[in-house]
Amino acid sequence: MSAGPVGLLDRKLLFVTGKGGVGKTSVASAIAMLAASRGKRTLVCEVDAKGNLADFLGVGPLRFQPTEVRKRLFAMSMDTEESLKEYMRLNLKLPLLAKMGPLARTFEFVANAAPGVNELLTVGKFTWEVRERNYDLVVVDASATGHVVGQLAAPVAINDLVKVGLVRSQTDWMIDILTDADTTGVVVVTVPEEMPVLETLELIERLRGETEIDVASVVVNRVLPELFGRAEEEVFERLRKPDGVAALSARVGRVAAGTGAPDDVADHDVADDDAAGVDEVLDGAELAVSLRRSRVPHLDRLRDGLPAGLPVLYLPYLFHRSHGVRATARIAEGLGEELGF
Amino acid sequence: MASRSITERSDVVAPATIEQLCSAKEVVVSTGSGGVGKTTTAAAIGASAATHLGGKVLVLTVDPAKRLANALGLERFGNVETQVPAEAFTSAGVQPEGELWAAMLDTKQSWDDLVRLHAPDAATRDAILVNPLYQNITGKFVQSHDYVAMERLYEIHTSGRYDLIVVDTPPTRNAVDFLDAPDRMADFFSSRLLRWLITPYRSRLVSFASKPFYSVADRILGTQFLEDIAEFFMLFQTMYDGFVERARAVTTLLGGPQTTFVVVSTLEVAPAREAEFFLKLLGERGYHVGALVLNKVLPELFLDRDATTVAKTLAHHSAEVAADVGARIGPPADDERLLTTVLGEVGESFLNYQVVARREAEQRAELARIPQLTATVPYFDDDIHSLGGLLRLGERIWS
Repeated sequence: MSAGPVGLLDRKLLFVTGKGGVGKTSVASAIAMLAASRGKRTLVCEVDAKGNLADFLGVGPLRFQPTEVRKRLFAMSMDTEESLKEYMRLNLKLPLLAKMGPLARTFEFVANAAPGVNELLTVGKFTWEVRERNYDLVVVDASATGHVVGQLAAPVAINDLVKVGLVRSQTDWMIDILTDADTTGVVVVTVPEEMPVLETLELIERLRGETEIDVASVVVNRVLPELFGRAEEEVFERLRKPDGVAALSARVGRVAAGTGAPDDVADHDVADDDAAGVDEVLDGAELAVSLRRSRVPHLDRLRDGLPAGLPVLYLPYLFHRSHGVRATARIAEGLGEELGF
Repeated sequence: MASRSITERSDVVAPATIEQLCSAKEVVVSTGSGGVGKTTTAAAIGASAATHLGGKVLVLTVDPAKRLANALGLERFGNVETQVPAEAFTSAGVQPEGELWAAMLDTKQSWDDLVRLHAPDAATRDAILVNPLYQNITGKFVQSHDYVAMERLYEIHTSGRYDLIVVDTPPTRNAVDFLDAPDRMADFFSSRLLRWLITPYRSRLVSFASKPFYSVADRILGTQFLEDIAEFFMLFQTMYDGFVERARAVTTLLGGPQTTFVVVSTLEVAPAREAEFFLKLLGERGYHVGALVLNKVLPELFLDRDATTVAKTLAHHSAEVAADVGARIGPPADDERLLTTVLGEVGESFLNYQVVARREAEQRAELARIPQLTATVPYFDDDIHSLGGLLRLGERIWS
């Protein structure tokens, strides 16, 4: 699968977003893990301090100061107050202010009072790391779809409000970095269900309409396996009929019991060694088929609704581990395959 | 494939059904982390309440993604409360006892209404409505969502227009944020810092203590922006009493005996953990937790022991089973190669889903320790996008 003009991992800054519950954090962790394993010095950061990123990296609580969680992979948790302090220390040469007693309260107040300050400090931190070339790739586990446009549009919004002063000169270079498609991209994570697909299409439309930030890729997570092709399906339908179930029960019972001898009695009645549970197993397969099938229209809708040329990556549903560092490692493998590595 | 169970803790006399809960309470708050179906659950509870109980039921969704509108077949009902047409029930084959109404939260509109309500005079009102900062807060930035959602709930409840209000909570970064929103709002307007910030623009006298702050703030933000901020907050100060009083009233409503919380979750790891945390926190703070609704739960057949043996046999000995069974059943199952593939897939698939079902069973056991009432909703073939679908879901958990 072609990854478009700029390879996903060749950008410098990726904002990973998606509707709540689609696996945004696990995909962000996996992108970062994959990049690090391919030799890139990578920073992954969570914006919502839920602490899930640490779970998906299999490490303890993350702080604002990045820690190297595995080779070349650094992880941090956004804290806008720390971000402001760092910014002041680096830019304003204001150690005095950083030590001011009421700074914390003042900050909280100003951040809540002046709209977009929190968003600006968040986006500012990442664009700063990119500008300073501290990492080859910065992966942001960003806000969910409902909030991410506000977050990404903050520098422009502030730029409109603040006509002069230092902030103005800061938002200019942030906007330059954010709007350069070779540098920055948004990754939208979704699952093949109705509402996540709708929100994905809405979000991409909003990002294109309200921001100048490029959408790098859509990642479709938790794609259920296709059990049967058409011919197999016909066989399965036949098996589901009462005589199919009976024949299967008889045969499976013997194989399971280890006798393995074919049953020669044609009009076989229910015997002691008949396996119970065949119905349940066939019901289970039917549920698996219908779950998969119910998702097909949503996948079609997604493909039809996306702008032409936008890369779409598909990740399989993980049965064995859906959470934690093992899930991240498996998703990273899946992403690597989709990207053709 | 469907299974449902309602378990009740034996040592507690609790409402045994959602039906009972909806009959007794005036406000049902549906809450949980993103993607677990809390909006759908709120709509389903509302639709079932309108079906089975008399009176007027309102479903209030505060989600900006406009999902409930789709599910109820209402394209855009915005801030206005709109009745779900009787035909929608008829075409779903249901004769409702009561009326179902729906409304969606429009943050900007609700803020404007609040300003109109609390502004001391027309001049202040207009000055606020056109202030660029105000427009930004209400339009572009979303933190204000939580507060205005709870405020709207309060306003509607107080109006006495409905017998039951089922409200869906905003998609906050943390499921409990909206609970603190009224208090945060009150704190914000009573803050000494707010006065401190506004003072120089009132008196033109910058105190010695605040001077360093202003000189830095000027350097960072520019004077014009600071003045915009100051003007905005000075104007808002005039509405202080109204806001704080309302914020307290909203808090009282949420914690009162007429309100119950329904925590919605799936049995996936992350949402279940959040639900557990939320259930504990609601309990600690003394809120009434009426029910836990578990969505998209796999059926129990995946836990069946005999079925497990069958699945393992199929997965590991598909060729052996196929060799004999195919001829016995006849076409198209007599194609041995195809049959081997099918049997193998069936066995593998069962074992895969079984891992998930076992994980779900454990999550469920851990979660069910907390609330008195747990309702389980199976996987549906399709997402719910009609009133009929909502009613089908509602019936699963109703009684």
